[in-house]
Amino acid sequence: MKRLWAMVQARLLEVVRDRSALAWNLLFAPLLVVGMAVVFSGAPPPLFKVGVLGDAPDTPQTHPFFATEGTRFHREASLDEAMVKLQRQRIDLLLDPSSQPLRYWINTDSEKGRLLQSLLRNSDADAEAQPVSGASIRYSDWLVPGLLGLNIMFSSLFAIGHVIVRYRKSGYLKRLNGTPLRAVEFISAQMIACLLLIVGIAAGMYAATDLFLHLRMEGSYLNLLLVAVLGSMSMIAMSLLVSARISSEELSGGLLNLLSWPMVVLSGVFFSLDGAPAVVQAAAQAFPLTHMLEAARAVMLDGAGLADIAQSLAALAAMTAVFLAIGAGFFRWSQD
Amino acid sequence: MPAILSARELRKHYPGVKAVDGVSLDVEQGQCLGLLGPNGAGKSTTVEMLEGLVRPSSGEVLFRGKPIDAGYRERIGIQFQYTALQDFLTVRENLRFFASLYRKTLPLPQLIEACSLEEYLDRDHRKLSGGQRQRMLLAIALVNDPDIVFLDEPTTGLDPQARRNFWELVQAIKARGKTVVLTTHYMEEAYLLCDDIAIMDHGHVIARGSPQQLLAENFSDSVLELPIAEVDGRDLGELSLVRRSDRVEIMSADVNDTVRRLLSAGLSLAQLKIRPRTLEDLFLQLTGTELRA
Repeated sequence: MKRLWAMVQARLLEVVRDRSALAWNLLFAPLLVVGMAVVFSGAPPPLFKVGVLGDAPDTPQTHPFFATEGTRFHREASLDEAMVKLQRQRIDLLLDPSSQPLRYWINTDSEKGRLLQSLLRNSDADAEAQPVSGASIRYSDWLVPGLLGLNIMFSSLFAIGHVIVRYRKSGYLKRLNGTPLRAVEFISAQMIACLLLIVGIAAGMYAATDLFLHLRMEGSYLNLLLVAVLGSMSMIAMSLLVSARISSEELSGGLLNLLSWPMVVLSGVFFSLDGAPAVVQAAAQAFPLTHMLEAARAVMLDGAGLADIAQSLAALAAMTAVFLAIGAGFFRWSQD
Repeated sequence: MPAILSARELRKHYPGVKAVDGVSLDVEQGQCLGLLGPNGAGKSTTVEMLEGLVRPSSGEVLFRGKPIDAGYRERIGIQFQYTALQDFLTVRENLRFFASLYRKTLPLPQLIEACSLEEYLDRDHRKLSGGQRQRMLLAIALVNDPDIVFLDEPTTGLDPQARRNFWELVQAIKARGKTVVLTTHYMEEAYLLCDDIAIMDHGHVIARGSPQQLLAENFSDSVLELPIAEVDGRDLGELSLVRRSDRVEIMSADVNDTVRRLLSAGLSLAQLKIRPRTLEDLFLQLTGTELRA
C-alpha cells in the first residue's frame, strides 16, 4: 500500500510539474465544458431533413405537413440542386408547397424518405409523388469516403506529431542537428515518408471496401488520388506545425485532440452540413478535412473533373504551404 | 602552428545561470584538447557552442580563422554523452544513413575496420553492449572523415577493458592527424590522450596547459601515503598531513628529509607508498572536494 501510494504520488508530481501539459489540461477542461454546453443546449438534432421549394412560409397554415415533429424544413434554391441532395440522401424529402396538388420527391432507397412519405400521405391524400431523375445513391456511397477521410486525418495528425516530439525528447533530433541536415530537409522527409504510408493504406482500404460494397465511382481514380495526397499533406503539415517546438507527448497529444475532434464533428464525415447554421458551415471551411471530403465525394459521386474540384484543391494546397512554412520557421532541434 | 579552432570570450547565460562565462581557447591542428571539470562546470555547454549546436550569448567560434558557417558541420564529427538513434535500425543501416547526410565520406569498410564493428554489423543498435555502442557512435562521428572530432564523455559508464579499447581507437584517430576535443571525468584518460588540458569550473577556465606542465606548475612535491593506524597518536612535528578515510597523505618537497623524520618518530615504513602528484590531486585541489550534482 505504501509502495502504491508512493507511485501515485510520484506520477502526480510528474503531471503537475510538466507545466506545459498541465496548462493544456487546465485549458482543455473549460473548453470541453463550453463545447458541450453549446452543443447540447440547443434543440436536439432533427430526425428528418426536408427541403422546401418556392417562397411560401413553412408554417402549418401553408400545409399541415409542416407541423410534423422532429423534422427540420429548410429552403432549397433550385430543383436541380435539391434533386442531387435527395439522391445523396443528404435530405430525406423535397417538397413544393406552392403547387396544387402538393408535389413531392423522395429517394425510394431511403427508409426515412419512405416513412416521411407515409406521414405526408396521411395528412394530404392528394399529394403527388414526382419522378426522381438519375440514379439514387446509397448512404454507404456517401459515408465511405467520409470514413476513409477520417482515417487519413487521424493517421496524419497522430503518426507524425508524436514521432517528432519523441525524437526531440530522446535527443535524436539534437544528434541530427550535428550533421549538415537542414530543418526543411528533415521535415520534408518526414512528410514524404508519412504521406507514402497513409495514402498507401487509404488506397488499400478503398480497394478492400470496394470488393464488398462496389463503391460508386463516377470520376477518375487519378483525381481521387490527387485529392487524397493533397488532403493528407495538409493534415500532416498541420501536425508538423503542432510538433515544431513541443517536447512533451502529453501536450502534443492534447493539442492534436483539440484539432481532430472538431473535424470529426464538423467536416461532414457522418452527416452532411446541409441545413446547419451558417456559422458552423463557415467554420467547417477552415478544416482541411472538409475540403478533402467535398472534393472526394464530388469525384466519386458526381464524376467531377479537375476543374470542378480546383477550389478545394487550392484550399488544401494553400493550407499545406502555410502550415509548412510556419512549422519549418518555428522548428526546434533540442528541448531547451 | 595556427589554431584550427578558436573560441573568443564565449558566454552562455540562461535565466539565473551563467553556464559559460567568458571562455577563450585555441586548439591546434592535430592536437587533443581535454576539457575537465566537475559536473555543471560548463564543459558540455562549451563543447556544444564549439560544435555550433548552441548559439553563444556573446563571443564567437572561429574555424580556421573564420566564423563557423553552414559548411562547418561537413567538417566536424560529434559523439554526445547520450546519443539517441532511430529505433529498429542495425549498425550498418545507421552508418549508411549518417554517411548519406554528408558530401564527403570515408569508405564504409575502412570505418568498420577502424572501429572493429565487424561482429555486430547487422544487429539492432539497441542490443549492443556499452562498449560496442560507443564504438558504433564513434564510427558515426567519423563517417564524414572530419577535421575535428568532438567526444563528450565517451567512456563514462564503460568497464575498464572497454575503456582501454576505446582509448586505442582515439589514439589511432590522433595518429591520422585529426584534431580531437574531449570532455571527461577521468584524469587517467585526460593524461593519456590529451596534449592540452583546460580545467573548467563555474563557467571559467581555471587552469590550462599540457598535463606535465600543469603538474609541474602546481606541484613540486611528492605524496607519501601511510595507513592511518600507523600515524594515529604520534607527534610528527610540522609535516603537512592530509587525512583520508583509510590513509594519511604527507605532502613532501624533500622525500629524504621526510622519511628521516618518520623513522625518528618510530613509525614502521613497511606499508609506505611514495607517488608523484597526479591530475586527480590537481583537479581536487582546484575545484574543491565538495560534491556537485
